[in-house]
Amino acid sequence: MTEIFGVPIQALMGQLTIGLVNGSFYAILSLGLAVIFGMLNIVNFAHGALYMVGAFFSWLLLDQLGVNYWWSLLLAPLGVGLIGVVIEKTMLRWLYQLDHLYGLLLTFGLALIFEGLFRDLYGVSGQPYELPDIFRGAFNLGFMFLPKYRAWVVLASLVVCVGTWYTIERTRLGAYLRAGTENPKLVQAFGINVPLMVTLTYAFGVALAGLAGVLAAPVYQVNPLMGSNIIIVVFAVVVIGGMGSIMGAILTGLALGLIEGLTKVFYPEASATVVFIIMAIVLLIRPAGLFGREA
Amino acid sequence: MNKTVHTTTNAAIKPTVDTNKRSKILYAVLFAGLCAAPFVGYPIFLMTCLCFALFACAFNLLIGFTGLLSFGHAMFFGSAAYICGYAAKVWGLTPEISILLGTISAALLGWVVGWLAVRRQGIYFAMVTLALSQLVYFICVQAPFTGAEDGMQSIPRGKLFGLIDLGNDIAMYFVVLAFFVFGFWLIYRTIHSPFGQVLKSIRENEQRALSLGYDVDKYKLMAFVISAALAGMAGAVKSLALGLASLTDVTWQMSGEVVLMTLLGGMGTILGPVLGASTIITMQNYLSGYGSKVTIIMGVTFVVCVLAFRRGIVGEIEHRLGKK
Repeated sequence: MTEIFGVPIQALMGQLTIGLVNGSFYAILSLGLAVIFGMLNIVNFAHGALYMVGAFFSWLLLDQLGVNYWWSLLLAPLGVGLIGVVIEKTMLRWLYQLDHLYGLLLTFGLALIFEGLFRDLYGVSGQPYELPDIFRGAFNLGFMFLPKYRAWVVLASLVVCVGTWYTIERTRLGAYLRAGTENPKLVQAFGINVPLMVTLTYAFGVALAGLAGVLAAPVYQVNPLMGSNIIIVVFAVVVIGGMGSIMGAILTGLALGLIEGLTKVFYPEASATVVFIIMAIVLLIRPAGLFGREA
Repeated sequence: MNKTVHTTTNAAIKPTVDTNKRSKILYAVLFAGLCAAPFVGYPIFLMTCLCFALFACAFNLLIGFTGLLSFGHAMFFGSAAYICGYAAKVWGLTPEISILLGTISAALLGWVVGWLAVRRQGIYFAMVTLALSQLVYFICVQAPFTGAEDGMQSIPRGKLFGLIDLGNDIAMYFVVLAFFVFGFWLIYRTIHSPFGQVLKSIRENEQRALSLGYDVDKYKLMAFVISAALAGMAGAVKSLALGLASLTDVTWQMSGEVVLMTLLGGMGTILGPVLGASTIITMQNYLSGYGSKVTIIMGVTFVVCVLAFRRGIVGEIEHRLGKK
């Protein structure tokens, strides 16, 4: 069997695809954080919790109502988006005039509520999500077997990320959004409904988290703690990449997933900490982050 | 951090003779109450309250008086608890030396973390500290001496200065009280010193403090190290008082808890964190049978505090009194 640095190529590629899958989730989540931060100036601590809620929605849809994977790919993000609308309309709205830290504290409280709620209802043991038949098995690429579902997750995430990037950077709607980020008063003066735009931006950002949750449901067990485990890593990703650039958030997320996968092969002890160590190094070398512009 | 948070500390900048006298009486009464408390209440519970009160006071030095939100303060609390516990249990050192070791290690860790974190401002500062505390958490999970999931159990209290046996809860209580009073006094002195005035100016307007020639990052770092050291002292004392250092002490939930204690009691007030910590510990004590419902209640408290009660308990009282 072929080996690279003493590691069988099969194992290496396997970990790399897992890394890429994780990286896709990091990318979608940090993308959502960046979009929300750009418009609302709030770091959404509830992002991980809403990712978990998305995963639970898809599990509940399948388990309780028999709704299949494809429908939950649409319905679960919608549900999470609706939760987002409620959160923005009833709570976040009152914080825009205050220090940014209050947004973080409020959403932290929300994260605790969601996590506590689902732990109370379903316990901490994971709920398995049955893989749809079409994704069973793997592609034989000659040098490795690529499980179909992993390929799908990476592909779907890339499409979502690039689609979001295109919408924000290249369309008229995105132009409104970017203008609203720069100067909301002026944009409002042009007759654009900025408060609505803010609400929808938040809803869209958290719907992305919900979508990531649906994609993650068959990969990991659906678990109330899955959100808090990932959100801190995503924060580190965001510190490394900076929230100023959409593409930066996507690329950093994917790259860190890959690095994490590689670490699992070569030095498994550090696989949980490598992202944080990279964050510390980036802070030393480029304090503003790789794609950063300080807010 | 901008001015919407703190309106309560202005009185402290120019203390009139009257308020000075009044607060002296207040502190004297509180101290007398704390001395009498273990003979009335349950010492273990009171010690827990004091340790967390000190932890929250240390945290408040950053959020309330420097405007820095550290979302990873559990790393100092927890790691110092482990170091102190290890020194007392494995090396068999006396309690005061063990606590000192825990405090020093937390200060060193605080220096490294602070040195990295002050490179970013505002919301990023919070994320950096959170991420670094998660790094410390994973180190604690993997390190051989922490006992991983089991934690470090039955840490001996030992004999103070090799003379006084602390096995007695009342004796231990007064040691805890002494450390609390020392930490509280240090924070009080820091806040009311010229150094503290610079910290407040950084909180109010960092750019202006910078333009006045203050090395803002250095001041922030110093405040961070003091805060980390005292948080570590609280953790170290706790590990001896309860005989336990566990992973819970290092988790991000613990970091969140200390934020909530301070927020509830009143950020930027001197007594707020003490009151907030006692409230939360009491609440957790009463609700300990409800499992994950406690998390929900904590979350709701957070949301309510941020939306409707930003001054906190003490802040609100001071605000009402100030109006008259």
